[in-house]
Amino acid sequence: MSWLNSDKAMYLYIGLAGFIGANLRFIISEFTYSGDSFFPTGTLICNYIGCLALGWFSERMKIINMSIKMKTAISTGLIGSFTTFSAFSVETISLIKNDQILLSFSYILLSLIGGVLLAWFGYKLGSAVK
Amino acid sequence: MNVIQLFLVGIGGFLGAVSRYYVSSVMTSRFSTEFPYGTLTVNLIGSFLLGLLFGIHSGFDELMLFFATGFLGAFTTFSTFKVESVKLFVEQKWKPLILYIGLSYVLGILLAYIGFIIGMK
Repeated sequence: MSWLNSDKAMYLYIGLAGFIGANLRFIISEFTYSGDSFFPTGTLICNYIGCLALGWFSERMKIINMSIKMKTAISTGLIGSFTTFSAFSVETISLIKNDQILLSFSYILLSLIGGVLLAWFGYKLGSAVK
Repeated sequence: MNVIQLFLVGIGGFLGAVSRYYVSSVMTSRFSTEFPYGTLTVNLIGSFLLGLLFGIHSGFDELMLFFATGFLGAFTTFSTFKVESVKLFVEQKWKPLILYIGLSYVLGILLAYIGFIIGMK
């Protein structure tokens, strides 16, 4: 099983973590979908959770005992795929296109400020207890 | 939501995550600076392609689950973008920080729009 320890196996771990991350995002989006509202609550929730989780994990991974492959699979693979930027961009365009100008600005500001605050909060949590 | 849909999103997510890792590694080794070129590149390419896809194909079906939710969703990332911003902030690298946030939002949304317009034609 030496291949599983090789550098190429990194792609497999990241891919499998991406499989799970994308599905978690899909499931949350399905559950939060409301036909009445234009507002992309699902993407925002996933991006918020992911920012908090990655902020925390990027600090914790400096001290926890885990292989570098597992750390990269969780950070780049799982959390990286759970959050998304492309959907954010296209949803913003779609709000503007539907004349929801106020909502589109709210979406940009909530993503911009909320994302940074949660990543910062996670970072602080992760670096607090050594 | 059924097993086939989860499978399509998952395979798309697998390929998207692997592609992001590959592109980021190439960009990071090419430009060995503090500026997060890797994440910026995947997020801008992904925003353009998703805009293009929505312009060409308006429905939401199996193809979209694979390409949009799965592949492009996982190819781009929001959490890494934010954590990298926080790191630049902590290190007080103001110019790269402002450039990174500005380029990501302005070009990301603009490229999604350009992609959409091209796709509609």
